[in-house]
Amino acid sequence: MTTTPKPHPTRRLILQGAASVALLGLGNLPFAAPARAAANDKYPEEAFKQKSEADAIKALYGKTAEPSDKVKLDAPEIAENGGVVPISVTTTLDKVTSISFFVAENPFALAASYKIPDGTIPAVANRLKMARTTRLTAIVEADGKLYSATKEVKVTVGGCGG
Amino acid sequence: MASSIRVRGTSNGDITEVQALIQHPMDTGLVKDSKGELIPAHFIQELKFECNGKDVFVADWGTAVSKDPYVKFSFKGAKKGDELKISWTDNKGGSDTTTAKIA
Repeated sequence: MTTTPKPHPTRRLILQGAASVALLGLGNLPFAAPARAAANDKYPEEAFKQKSEADAIKALYGKTAEPSDKVKLDAPEIAENGGVVPISVTTTLDKVTSISFFVAENPFALAASYKIPDGTIPAVANRLKMARTTRLTAIVEADGKLYSATKEVKVTVGGCGG
Repeated sequence: MASSIRVRGTSNGDITEVQALIQHPMDTGLVKDSKGELIPAHFIQELKFECNGKDVFVADWGTAVSKDPYVKFSFKGAKKGDELKISWTDNKGGSDTTTAKIA
């Protein structure tokens, strides 16, 4: 009731998306936008379903990232509780449009993706789950290119419950 | 009903720092309960912060975000007293919205 309508893509875009998905025989996902999801407003459903980090990056951005020392990823060396691992990233890059986190060893690699509009500082802190000791990757999209930073996090108790 | 969202926006001149804590189970759909049955996935997918009619931060989340999620970010262009609007939607169609004044 109090939610504001989202700026939604044109009807044509939706139809195109639905058509291309239908062609792939995945008619049950009319809103799964084809690749480059970060460029539009839809929830990147497909990217969140990819198991490997490489596939998730591809599904989200449609390109690969290059390591950069301008992306600073802050995570603990050892996480005692994989269910709650504080992670933050900051960058000195300009024209940042999105920041995403990938946990390589999780059942689904993509953990979170943040859109950074103009005027928002390209830095974010959050808490993620990690199934076991893993490589953590942060990707910063700046001026249309992808830059990454990675870090190994040792997990002593996994975050998958049970 | 009390809001599931706790948020604090603090202005320090030019920059507003926002911290939010949301109550949500963030179930992955991969964990079994005590009877050995899978707990269905239930997690926040989209979280949006708006200020003065403009999106200032949008999060797309998967199941790997911790239970009772926390997030922190900063943005420019707001001042003390401006209203910050926060809303989330989850994979089961649940949602919540709240507003907070920037202090």
